[in-house]
Amino acid sequence: MAPGEAAEDRPRRIVAPVTPADRLFRSGLRAAGMSVFVIMGLVALFLLLRGLQALRVAGGSFFTQTAWKPGSFGVASVLPDGVMIAVVALLIAVPVSLTTAVFISEYAPLWLRSFLISLVDLMAAIPSIVYGLWGLVFLQPNIVGLVRWMALHLGGFLPFLHVPEADIPSSYTSSTFIAGVVVSLMITPYITSLSREVMSQAPRGEREGAYALGSTRWGMVRSVVLPYSRGGIVGAVMIGFGRAMGETIAVALIISPNFSVTWHVLQNGANSIPSLIALRFGESDDLGLSALMAAGLVLFALTLGVNVLASTIISRSRTGAATAD
Amino acid sequence: MTDADLAPTVQMPAVQAATATGTHGLETRAVSAWFGERKVLDRVSLTMPAGQVTALIGPSGCGKSTYLRLLNRMHEMVRGAGLAGEVLLDGDDVYAPGRLPASVRRRIGMVFQRPNPFPAMSIYDNVASGLKLAGIKVTHQERDELVETSLVRAGLWTEVRDRLKTPGGALSGGQQQRLCIARSLAVSPDVLLMDEPCSALDPTSTRRVEETIELLRGRLTIVIVTHNMQQAQRVSQRCAFFLASHDTPGRVVESGPTEQLFDSPRDERTSDYVNGRFG
Ligand SMILES: Nc1ncnc2c1ncn2[C@@H]1O[C@H](COP(=O)(O)OP(=O)(O)OP(=O)(O)O)[C@@H](O)[C@H]1O
Ligand SMILES: [Mg+2]
Repeated sequence: MAPGEAAEDRPRRIVAPVTPADRLFRSGLRAAGMSVFVIMGLVALFLLLRGLQALRVAGGSFFTQTAWKPGSFGVASVLPDGVMIAVVALLIAVPVSLTTAVFISEYAPLWLRSFLISLVDLMAAIPSIVYGLWGLVFLQPNIVGLVRWMALHLGGFLPFLHVPEADIPSSYTSSTFIAGVVVSLMITPYITSLSREVMSQAPRGEREGAYALGSTRWGMVRSVVLPYSRGGIVGAVMIGFGRAMGETIAVALIISPNFSVTWHVLQNGANSIPSLIALRFGESDDLGLSALMAAGLVLFALTLGVNVLASTIISRSRTGAATAD
Repeated sequence: MTDADLAPTVQMPAVQAATATGTHGLETRAVSAWFGERKVLDRVSLTMPAGQVTALIGPSGCGKSTYLRLLNRMHEMVRGAGLAGEVLLDGDDVYAPGRLPASVRRRIGMVFQRPNPFPAMSIYDNVASGLKLAGIKVTHQERDELVETSLVRAGLWTEVRDRLKTPGGALSGGQQQRLCIARSLAVSPDVLLMDEPCSALDPTSTRRVEETIELLRGRLTIVIVTHNMQQAQRVSQRCAFFLASHDTPGRVVESGPTEQLFDSPRDERTSDYVNGRFG
């Protein structure tokens, strides 16, 4: 053994004593943090317990049955129909939100920037019932012309835009599409402000690096800002999707419920789990209530899954990780 | 074929050769700079001769970075930044109305104090990024060659030749800085501005960057800010000493050939500074 060499070459136990004040503070914070898990767990448990009766009665058919009647019910139409409303909403909201976010964070002059930021925040603060009323009373009568045009001119080669009973004016109302448009307005502020936030954090050093190479502003946005914010943008879109799936009252006001899978998005008739629950809640018996709880559980699991996926993507990307700058 | 036909074709290469060895000198005339109400540079007039290395020295906060950044129009990107005077590249004012900042920056490249490669891009793409950003069209083969020559000139080629596809962010700090130099060289600028390029580097990487500067000398005009007096003496042919005090904006106290500035300074303050008795 060389002189001065320790007898044992194994990791030592390292102890860092914690002061009482620190310990108190930490346990307080931990309790607050844990309460989130507790609340989530209680909600899930509640839905599961209340929904169990219906799940027992329906068994596997709960996931294959499209109808929703006493005695035979399942999410096979409400779930995909709800997803479709969310997809329509995203198709509209994502491009609008991302261009708005790039404009606000990279192009707008300072005075306009703060004005637009508060405007977008305000948009998020409008109650959903107001969006629903606006959609029903103002948007629907005014957008029917466009819907009709799309059905007639594009429906031929894009089957999902086809409307079967084309002569009847009411064929074009209360559809997945119109509900999707209204929901898109509701999720736009979320996607915009989340993605604007990450875009504005793109490191100054890299921005200047791009400019110093003779880049235009758009070139800088493309080579620095967008790659940097990719993870944050994906997360923002998924959070928007989660919100779109959960939107209740605005959708309930607009759609006319329909219990077969609606592939034709422009056609009258649409559905979603939250609006199903809202519309059927008052009139259900014990088993019916239990079935609604089970549907709620499915929605809960889906949005939870999407959000978990979103947060993993965000935390794996550069946006979420601590950046060097 | 007559002599008259021949004359222009004979003369052309001569003109181009002169250009290639660097007639792209930089000069400022009475340049002042402001941040908001605060004046930080006062009528700086300097000549940075073509193909030579000019070092800017002076204590912290005297306006060296500000001066460097106004040479390639990066200064104006700071909110509230103001400017007076003229910056001449080949005798033309880079702030002339109608002149695009992006086209100025393409000819006057910049290497920053903190290495700033695009971290998610591969080493190869980092070097080629300037071509894309500046909208320069080249064939695949030309691009491959350009990436290689730029990396060779930046003294990085042998270290990264086998891993051109790995991200630029995965290199060490010194390698990242040389990657940034390669990236600037790939767009073939006429002038290269370097703001304390070695301040975050170890002695070995510093020596490599200095060798790179030595290699580039004559090919392009270099302006380098440094706090290291030995480095200024090693790499530069000309030198300018900036000084500011709390109530006066930065000025050039003395400028001239590096040897003269270090061995027989005319101003006492210069002599104090270069001998480490000051600031
Ligand atoms: N973005 C800015 N906004 C306001 N003032 C600034 C800004 N950048 C620099 N200044 C001020 O301008 C003066 C000159 O700064 P500059 O960065 O040019 O100094 P420097 O000589 O490069 O110093 P150092 O050697 O520390 O890098 C300083 O007083 C600084 O406070
Ligand atoms: Mg500086």
